[in-house]
Amino acid sequence: MRALTVAALMMFAVACAKENANQSATSSSTATSSGGSVDLTGAGATFPYPLYSKWFSEYAKNTGVKINYQSIGSGGGIRQLSEQTVDFGASDGPMSDEDLAKAKGGPVLHIPTTMGADVITYNLPGVTTPLKFTPQAIADIFMGKIKKWNDSRLASVNPGVALPNEDILVVHRSESSGTTYIFTDYLSKASPAWNASVGRGKEVNWPVGLGGKGNEGVSGQVKQTPGSIGYVELAYAKQNRLAIGAVKNKAGQFISPSVSSVTAAAAGVAKTLPATTDYRISISDAPGADSYPISSFTWILVYQHQQDAGKGKKLVDFLNWALTDGQALAPPLDYAPLPAEIASAVRERLKTIDSAGTK
Amino acid sequence: MTALPAPALQKERRHLRVHQAEIGDRIYEIVTTACALVIPALVIAIALAVFAAAWPAFAKLGLSIVTSSEWDVAKGKFGAAPAIYGTVVSSAVALIIATPLAIGVAIFLSEFSPAWLRQPIGFLVDLLAAVPSVVYGLWGIFVLVPLLRVQVMPFLRDTLHLGSTPLFSGPAYGPSMLAAGVVLAIMALPYISAVSREVLLAVPRSQREAALALGATRWEMIRDAVVPYAKSGIIGGIMLGLGRALGETMAVTMVIGNRAEISASLFAPGYTMAALIANQFSEATNDLHLSALMAVGAILFILTLIVNAVARWLVWQVSRGRAS
Repeated sequence: MRALTVAALMMFAVACAKENANQSATSSSTATSSGGSVDLTGAGATFPYPLYSKWFSEYAKNTGVKINYQSIGSGGGIRQLSEQTVDFGASDGPMSDEDLAKAKGGPVLHIPTTMGADVITYNLPGVTTPLKFTPQAIADIFMGKIKKWNDSRLASVNPGVALPNEDILVVHRSESSGTTYIFTDYLSKASPAWNASVGRGKEVNWPVGLGGKGNEGVSGQVKQTPGSIGYVELAYAKQNRLAIGAVKNKAGQFISPSVSSVTAAAAGVAKTLPATTDYRISISDAPGADSYPISSFTWILVYQHQQDAGKGKKLVDFLNWALTDGQALAPPLDYAPLPAEIASAVRERLKTIDSAGTK
Repeated sequence: MTALPAPALQKERRHLRVHQAEIGDRIYEIVTTACALVIPALVIAIALAVFAAAWPAFAKLGLSIVTSSEWDVAKGKFGAAPAIYGTVVSSAVALIIATPLAIGVAIFLSEFSPAWLRQPIGFLVDLLAAVPSVVYGLWGIFVLVPLLRVQVMPFLRDTLHLGSTPLFSGPAYGPSMLAAGVVLAIMALPYISAVSREVLLAVPRSQREAALALGATRWEMIRDAVVPYAKSGIIGGIMLGLGRALGETMAVTMVIGNRAEISASLFAPGYTMAALIANQFSEATNDLHLSALMAVGAILFILTLIVNAVARWLVWQVSRGRAS
């Protein structure tokens, strides 16, 4: 009988722990940990975390300014910035107008810091030449309209490749992620049918396929299942030597994803950027012969009117450093540096940050 | 259920206290009472917080959150039916696999095992409970799922010709309700076997000796004298395992395929409520989305309450049956 009472309590505990763990995941990060004084705190996107942590440690070495960053996800970053529990947020997707209106500290600036890309990875035993994909083909595969690998829409752009008569298994991310946002944002631009039926978002209602958790979940599934296709972050694909497809860009060229072709995409967009832009811009499907089309900025989010002049200055100093010296640290970690013209334009924008904010 | 004559006992206690004025006893009583009250208070507080956060979603979406199968954040549609179905089915599969295995282990350890083997096997089975769930998930992705896809699923479908039944039809991708059920079975097994073993060991020696004295074989003794005596405890163990299976998040998310669709086939990917919350919570910015996830949490809460109630009822039935 006692065993059952214990059982009952444990079940409650299990059920409760699940809810609680999720709640505390967002609230606990407001507490700054780690010994010594922390000068700035931030929270948000996981995708740029390897680069950001490198930045923070290098910056602390050079200037003594300590920055504590919690990689809790873009959504959490936006929420915490809105609630003013952190000094800056970070996100892989831009804040919506609705999000901006809810931010308690006034106007929020989007500061692009680096760029990432999604790559198409697949598992076709016996196919060694990198496959080429048109935007339409990618959309049709992920909508379940292309079901076989030897479909004429794939074969026509891959002459000389013996594509098997096998079913395509689509693998996508199961959890909300910036990676999915970049991918669906691109497909929404490249395919009207996708835009109308599925649309863009950090998670969407996938017409077909399996959900894998995280980059490792998707790539693990693709690696093990012959005939499967998925999308993962560039840095992840490079470091794990996955099979990578080339994608046809706006200029009609098939481009393989790389640090330089992602930077080229941003440079292509920069030329058309109005001076007043708030940098909430998508660089997917960018113009330019060398642009890799499934690319995106990732942003640090800061209030234009800082509450604390001292902190505000530290934050601006750090961002200036990240946009200049910091950029050189990006390529070794497979992040694409910002094109020089964008970096300097963003640094101009940093000058508009003042300390007129109030609590 | 041993009903204590509570009022009489309290009166007795008060009487003693007045006469002896034992301040230590009083403090001890207050401390233990506080401890006992904190847990129920915590449960109620959590339930209130979850339901309060879930209320906007219930108010806006109504019953459709339970009945609809469409979960589309961009369109503001939140139907958790596939996740509710997946939670129930994956846990049921887990129990179907784990219960006979765990009770077998428990009976072996309590009745047949030589003393020198009992400790190590018991320890190793208990150790299963200490493995972090993310490790089960990784093992699932890299070992179990390929094994299911290449060996087990074709065997079930083609060799045993079960492919014509809806339960085992369709293509075998690997990540599936079956994979989730197997991983959950392994995770629930130590709970069931540990409780069952202790309960079986607690069966009085006289019970066994009486059965043997009446000429029962060893098998008959276990079947007719030992297991019935321990039944309510074993059911308690099974319910503990079920609780583990219902709430498990990480390992399930990694192997179930995370597809919000109700399919009769165990080969098809599915979704569970815990996996849905874990997958989407960190990136949910829109209020209705957050509230809908809390509503899913509330439904999971209610489901575990129902399971508890059923368990209580079962045990009550069983112990009443024994008394008569």
